[in-house]
Amino acid sequence: MTDTPIRIVLAKIGFDGHDRGLRMVARILRDAGCEVIYLGLRQTTENVVAVVEQEDADAVGLSMHNAQHLTLAPKMVESLRSAGLDVPVILGGVVPDQDIAALMESGVAVILGPGTSAEDVVRSVREAVTSRS
Amino acid sequence: MKRDSQTPVELFDAAITGQRHAIGRLLSLVEQGGEAADAVSALTHEKSGDAMVIGITGPPGSGKSSLLSQLLKVIVAAGFRPAVIAVDPSSPLTGGAILGDRVRIDATDTATFIRSIATRGHSGGLALAVPGAVRVLDAVGFNPVIIETVGVGQVEVDVTASADTTIVVANPGTGDAVQANKAGLLEVADIFVVNKSDLPGSNDARRDLELMLDLSHMTGQEDSTGRRPPIIMANSLEGSGAAELWSAIVEHGEHLVATNQIDTRRAKRQLAELRSRVSDALLDALDNELASEQGADVVAALSDRRITPSEASSQIIDRVIRID
Repeated sequence: MTDTPIRIVLAKIGFDGHDRGLRMVARILRDAGCEVIYLGLRQTTENVVAVVEQEDADAVGLSMHNAQHLTLAPKMVESLRSAGLDVPVILGGVVPDQDIAALMESGVAVILGPGTSAEDVVRSVREAVTSRS
Repeated sequence: MKRDSQTPVELFDAAITGQRHAIGRLLSLVEQGGEAADAVSALTHEKSGDAMVIGITGPPGSGKSSLLSQLLKVIVAAGFRPAVIAVDPSSPLTGGAILGDRVRIDATDTATFIRSIATRGHSGGLALAVPGAVRVLDAVGFNPVIIETVGVGQVEVDVTASADTTIVVANPGTGDAVQANKAGLLEVADIFVVNKSDLPGSNDARRDLELMLDLSHMTGQEDSTGRRPPIIMANSLEGSGAAELWSAIVEHGEHLVATNQIDTRRAKRQLAELRSRVSDALLDALDNELASEQGADVVAALSDRRITPSEASSQIIDRVIRID
């Protein structure tokens, strides 16, 4: 079913109040024809897993500005895996260059830092989703 | 795009054991429509009919999701296992949607199942997807099943109004008694909620609704049993009104059973779905006909003013519903 829109869950995990970027990404993906299940602030990885299951989502987008990315992003990947969900995790927000390799190693699909164009956001999400099918 | 390693039968078997992702997959099949949705329907139709179906509607920003968040806590505490279908609009321009109802719904408990559905624009899609989704959630054991829609657009109002119990959420400061008497949304309510009742004007809003109901009584437009929809004052910031709302829902459910209206309502719902299905199929046939060579000839003849609109439509209708 190529005409089924991509469904993506967008969330911020943990204690982190910076949701402007995530809201922007939500709008970018909406305007690219995606169905964005927006969770917003202060989510837990357990809750995101439950939402991915209920919403039958194709991808998870996390935005991190609380310097917890090395802990929480791999935990998100692991939580999805152990629930049997083959769903890519796309990471945005502030991620220092020296952490990228470790995060990719832990199973994060894509990292989109500050300055990423809207086109790149959409393309990365599409590629991450189609590469899993 | 989706990995469909499991058949609808396998998914259903997993879904009735409570596997959330299997339920989620079944709902996706329902949303896709066509043969996949029909297969799910065949599995769930007979097993459904037990759940109480509740519709919540009201203008954008009236606090439906926040109210629902409070109501769900009361429902779960009462020992029920509720499911929610939250409908949000798709963009007519891009087809995309922001499904944001979950932001307000604090349902970290695992008893509640919530699914966001985008309207996806295609004709009649929502009118078919929502009853199909209700059947899935009913058949796998959720009760009540709650449908939340924005009260704009005929299809959205229709799917909500075809619930067993329909709740209309109103706010203070959205107009006077004249507004309340305009035909439409307010007429479908079994229960009213004046939400954000901490705001100034909430008693005025209540009075205007009461006046409207008085007039319904005078003109004979009230429920045939003489039941008057209650008006509940609610404030989601402190959670007030949620327990009263649940009592009113239960009371209405008992009223439907006591007055034998429940079967009539459900028969009406089945009829509405049947109409949607048939009109959806006819619309597809119409689109095919208009895209065909003969259809294009009729359209051209109409544009050149060689035939009248009514002649053109007769010709098309004859072709669409011709019996070969």
